[in-house]
Order: sequence, then structure tokens, then C-alpha cells
Amino acid sequence: MKVLMFGWEFPPHIAGGLGTACYGMVKGLAHHNVEVLFVMPSASGDEDSSVARIINASDVEAADIACDHKEFLGKVNFLRIGSNMVPYVDPRQFSEMVEKQQISQVEEFKVNFKQKYKFSGKYGANLMEEVARYALVGGTIALQNEFDVIHAHDWLTYLAGIAAKRLTGKPLVIHVHATEYDRSGENVNTEVYRLEKMGMEAADKIIAVSNLTRNTVIKKYGISPDKVVTVHNAVDFSGRDNIEISRGVPEKVVTFLGRITFQKGPEYFIEAAYKVLQRCNDVRFVMAGSGDLLNRSIRRVAKLGIADKFHFTGFLRGADVQKMFAYSDVYVMPSVSEPFGISPLEAMRTGVPSIISKQSGVAEVLHHSIKVDFWDIDAMADAIYALLKYPALSQMTSRCGLDEVNALKWNNAAQKVKDVYLSILK
Amino acid sequence: METKSAICFYFQVHQPDRLRQYRFFDIGNDSNYYDEFANRTILNRVAQRCYIPMNNLLLDIIGKCDKQFKFAFSISGSVIEQFEKYAPEVLESFKRLADTGCVEFLAETYSHSLSSLVDITEFQRQVKLHAALIHKHFGVKPKAFRNTELIYSDQIGATVAKMGYTCMLTEGARHILGWKSPNFVYTNAINPKLKLLLRNFTLSDDIAFRFSDRSWNNWPVDVDKYIAWLSDSLKEGQVINLFMDYETFGEHQRVSTGIFDFFKALPEAVLSRTDFQFCTPSEVARKYEPVAALDVPFPISWADEERDTTAWLGNELQNEAFNKLYALSDRVLAAEDESITRDWLKLQESDHFYYMCTKFFSDGMVHNYFNPYDTPYEAFINYMNVLSDFALRVEKRLKQ
Repeated sequence: MKVLMFGWEFPPHIAGGLGTACYGMVKGLAHHNVEVLFVMPSASGDEDSSVARIINASDVEAADIACDHKEFLGKVNFLRIGSNMVPYVDPRQFSEMVEKQQISQVEEFKVNFKQKYKFSGKYGANLMEEVARYALVGGTIALQNEFDVIHAHDWLTYLAGIAAKRLTGKPLVIHVHATEYDRSGENVNTEVYRLEKMGMEAADKIIAVSNLTRNTVIKKYGISPDKVVTVHNAVDFSGRDNIEISRGVPEKVVTFLGRITFQKGPEYFIEAAYKVLQRCNDVRFVMAGSGDLLNRSIRRVAKLGIADKFHFTGFLRGADVQKMFAYSDVYVMPSVSEPFGISPLEAMRTGVPSIISKQSGVAEVLHHSIKVDFWDIDAMADAIYALLKYPALSQMTSRCGLDEVNALKWNNAAQKVKDVYLSILK
Repeated sequence: METKSAICFYFQVHQPDRLRQYRFFDIGNDSNYYDEFANRTILNRVAQRCYIPMNNLLLDIIGKCDKQFKFAFSISGSVIEQFEKYAPEVLESFKRLADTGCVEFLAETYSHSLSSLVDITEFQRQVKLHAALIHKHFGVKPKAFRNTELIYSDQIGATVAKMGYTCMLTEGARHILGWKSPNFVYTNAINPKLKLLLRNFTLSDDIAFRFSDRSWNNWPVDVDKYIAWLSDSLKEGQVINLFMDYETFGEHQRVSTGIFDFFKALPEAVLSRTDFQFCTPSEVARKYEPVAALDVPFPISWADEERDTTAWLGNELQNEAFNKLYALSDRVLAAEDESITRDWLKLQESDHFYYMCTKFFSDGMVHNYFNPYDTPYEAFINYMNVLSDFALRVEKRLKQ
């Protein structure tokens, strides 16, 4: 079986958990004899190509095939994002304008038709443009290759998935790692929401990374429950040894590691830290990462007067992440909304007991971690205090947590993904 | 009593010990806090552009004016240590100026600190430490006092008076003076024995800030124009106090602006064309009768439009760092450890708090110039990490 997979990032160059999850999944699928063509907007060449063929979309000319642009455009015309709202014109004028605009768009497309587009592959200002271009290139790649199923990860690649489906007629699986509701709460970006909904509606099957996310897909996007399947993420720690570090601080260390954004609930961690520090002084808190709430968090810590015990590291990469876990005695993930949440697994893998919010997908698969509501800072403070002060508790969660994490294999998750493919190929 | 009016120049010489990027992982592992490269590079640059050429120029002027040209330096302990380490020739050049007898050296806090605002014991300790250092290098005992950034209040003045100083320099802040003129000698409101010299900020900033400002309607300034302004201001008044950063000459105002040529001609022109004399601060305090006591209930400084202390202690980041620092005071001194005491001084430099300032809008230009960090938040994080390591060292030492 062969899968055309659209992703946005792939290790080693990653901004978040999406690339890591894709890597693990692709590796797991290879184990089950599923061949993957992995398309990404901007590959650097140092990706691990032993598990999948990596196609760099920046190297592909849009519609570089024996297919004229009219036919191609006819099938991917949903991509054009234009506004037809023009006030103060009569219907005849309006129809002329629309015609003119369509002609100019076709002309514009012809110009771009044979060109390569250099994707940044980042999450920058012209993200929407990149998403649309990625779909054009994705359609081209679909026409150039043989495969059985299309698999698209998160909203950035849904359009590419839809384009590929329209041009080839092959079934489409979309994989929901996060929704706009996780990222922004109730203040969703309507454009992103529209793309997400479009992808979900066009898909033959939807894979959600947790039951929590599955519920969001069903409730917020109005998707029929029998179309949505939960496949929990796994983790791949092969080839990674726990690093030895020399700890400089005598106190125990409680860590938050992640983007400092609304979704991750940094403010609850700060408030809980304040409560713990009222009780005991022999502990330090670390907030590792960066994000739009970083400065506000620093001000809050200063205001509470705990800045001598509460540290910020800025964005950590590579070995420093491992170092941070190795430094930690307790790991806290207070996410307001977390479709899955890989980081507590990384902590537990290092033997660090974790406290996770009940509003996270990973809470569905973990038993040996302490679960609290993200808003319940008293419970969070209690849990931190208990893990710091009662060795029996921290030893047991550490030991059992490690076993539990080691049992979460991508091979198992990939089998479930393969079952989804098989269900739509019948 | 003195009938001639005076012109009193005082130049501030200071360089901070900039911190290196100090990560959380360094806490407890690495107690080297300073960006040696930046500190050495900047000091050498400023020495080449300002300290050495300007010292030579001043030495020249003193010779030519037959010692009628006098002025004062305040040189922080921090920068003297940097001279010793990176540029001993600069220190020698200051010593040659000291040997002329025309230069007064002022007392200040050893590490250009804000200790006067919170920790009087530490403040007094630092002033004594600084006086000893000045005596060691220049062979004189300072008699007049200037506080970091010209920070002053009635209370601080009373403390300084109690330490035996009879003259103190501060800002002629408009909100303190009201209708009064800065061109007279005043006294402390609590202890009238302490005389106050107030900076004439208009005439000082005409040189320090506006000299090269082409959008200023008085640009360019030449000696004729400036002497006319001095004479105009001294129709009534005893003294014009021109207080500024020494780095004005050659660093803030580059050599290409003509600042050196301007200053080279100024003293001779003043002496030959006017009735004014140059005096050091102590001479002013001795020669002129104070006209009134000055009430300054809340601390003032020479910084920014507000002339208050909010450039260093104006937001919660600064207050937090400041409070956490001085909370260590007693334990640091109890630790009695040489390297700890040395870092304790450096961590008190006001510059660290200045980097955390968020007043970007009105005085952002000046703030940006001096700031090695991209944002005040980075400055805060870095400083607190260093301070955490420092606190650990203090505790460890006390346990021994």
C-alpha cells in the first residue's frame, strides 16, 4: 500500500509536535509495509529519508505535467480566495466584473503555472498564501505519483489533500492534531475554521489524536461521528539516552515546557507556583519556551515577587530540552486545551513525574500521572507540593510512568492508521 | 563676599559591568557573570574616542589658561576597576590631570548604585569605599558629593551631610524649583550645612544632547553663541552648573560634530571676554552664600523628562529585581567573602535596572543607545538568573 502524505514539517527542523508525530507515524507505517511519499513545503535535505520518500514542494513546478491549465484549474478552482463583494454596481456590471476578474486570475495562474514557489515552511505572515500555493503544488505532485490513499496533517495541508483528491479521485484521510478551538479558544480565526471545515467535509475519514479532539470535530464542525476515528499518538524514544547533567541548584525544580500561549495555560502554572512558594521555599520553578504571553508572564512573576525562584529560559531546542527534563523533579502541563500533548510523555520518559490537565488528550492514555483541571490552581499547587514532599508518591509515579510511556508504541498507532486506510479502500 | 559669577563644570565618568547571557542552566554551575568581551571592547572604544583625547585637551587648556580653568570629575569605582584591568594608560592620564591641582574629584557610590534609595548602611559603606579608591589613585580626599544619576532628596542630603560632606550636586529640576533659578547655591532642608549645587539643564543639555542636533533651531552652536547664553543667564545668579556625562565628548557627540574644537576654544574665550571665573564645586560652595533651603521630599534625578527615579524603578520588573537584590544585603556582608563582595558591588550598578526600563516613548532614544538587550524582559530574566546564582553562593558561604 502506498500513501501520499502531506505534512508541514519533519524532523530535524520542527517548531512543534506535528513534525515529531509525523515522523513517528511514518516510521510505524513503514513497519507495517505501508510506503509513504511525504510532501512538505520546505525540506532541507537532512530529513530521515530511510522511512519515507521526502518530496520538497519548493522543488516542484506547479502543474508540470501534460495537463492544460484550464483542466487543472477547473478541478482546483476552490483555491481562489477572492472577494466578489463590490457595492454600488448593477447586476450587469457585476457580472462583467466577475468575468474580468476570473480571466485575470487565469492569466495570473498561467504566469505562476510553470514556476517553482519557494516555501518558507514556517508559520509566518503570508501563511495563507503558502497554504494555497502548497495546494497547487500538492495537486501537481498527486498527478505525478502513484498511490492508494491521500493523508493530510492539520489545516495547513488540507487544501493540498483536497486538490489531490479532486485531481486523482483517490480517497482522502485528514488527520486532526489540533483545531482552531484549541489554539484560540472561542475567538476562532474564521478563515482557518473555514479551511478546517472544508477539509473535514471533503475527507473520507478523519483521524483525531484523542477523544477530546474527536468531540471537538463532531460538535464544533458538525461532522458525523461515524466518520471520525480516534488514534492516540505515541512516542518514539529510540536512540535517545538520558543525558547526564550536573545540577547547579540545590532545590527541586518544577518545570513548564512549551509555547507560552493561551492554549498552554502558562498563567495557571504561575499562580500555582506562587501558592507553593507560600508554603515552602526550597523549590524553583522554570518556564521554558517562548510565545505571545511570555512578557505578560514575566510581569506577573515580578508582580508576585517570586522572580528569585521562578526562572525563564526562552525557547529551548535540541539537547537543551533534554537537559531541562533532566533538571526537573516535577513536570506540569496545565494546557487549557490540548488535543494530545507529547511533552509529559517526554518528561515521564526521563523519569520525571508529571501533572497534566484533564483538558488534554494525553490524559486519556496515562494512568500514572496526576490529573487536574487546568483552572484549578489549588489542586495544581497541592499536586506539586505532594510530588515534592512525599517521596513515595514521586517514586511510584516516576517508575510506573516510565513503563507506561514505553508501552506507547508508534507501531501500534500506525496499525490503527493502516486500518483506517483499509476501511476506505474497500 | 564673591562678586564674580562662576561657571562650574562637572563630568561624570562611568562604565557598567555588562552581564553575559546567563542561562538558567548556569545557575549554581558557573559564577562568571560578565561579558568581558563587550566590556573591554566598549571601554577601549570610549577610551580612544573620548577619555584619552579629551583628557589631553583638558590638560592643554589648563596649561594655556594658567590654571584658571577648573572643573570636577566624578569617576565611579566600576570604571576605575575597568581602567585598571583593560586600559591603565587612561588611569595615568587622569592622574596627570589630578596633578595640575585644577581638578576636583567628587565622592559617589563605589558602583554607581541606587543604594541611597533603600539601604543607607550599604550606601555609606560604598561612599567610604569609593573615597578610599579615589585617594589611592589621585591622592585627594573627596569633599563634595554627587549621588548616582544626581539622585537627591532631603533625606539623602541629610545622610550625606552626616557623613561630613558640605556640598552636594543635584538636578535643577523644574518641578522642584518652580519659579526659582538653578543659578544660585541652596541648602538641604534638614541640615543647612549641606550646600546644594543645581544643574542648569538647559545649558548643560545644549552641549550634551543638542550640540549636533540639526533639527534644533539654534544649531550650530559656537563659542560666541554659547558665551552669549551664559552671560544672559548670569545677569542674575551666582553660578552656572554644567553637569554632564564625560562621554559627551567624542562618544555621544562624535569628533566630526566639532565638539572638541568647540570645547577647546570655550574656556579661553570665557576668561578673556567675560567676567566669569571657573570654579570647582567645593569652591562654589565655599565662596557663595546660599540663598534658600530647597525642599525635595521625593527623590529627583537628572534622567528623562520626569527627573525622577522611574528610569530605574518604574515598573514591576525593576522593583522586583531591586527588592530581591537588597534583601540579600545583610547576608552578603555577613558572608565576608572577597569574590562575593566584589560581585555584590557590580550587581548593584544602576545600569542593570536601566536596561529593564519600559519607558520607550518619551526618552526611548537615549535608553536604546545604552542598552545591550533587545527587550527589558530579556534584561530582567538575565539579571534574575545571575542574582539567583549569587544568592546561592552567599548561602553556601554562610553555611561553611
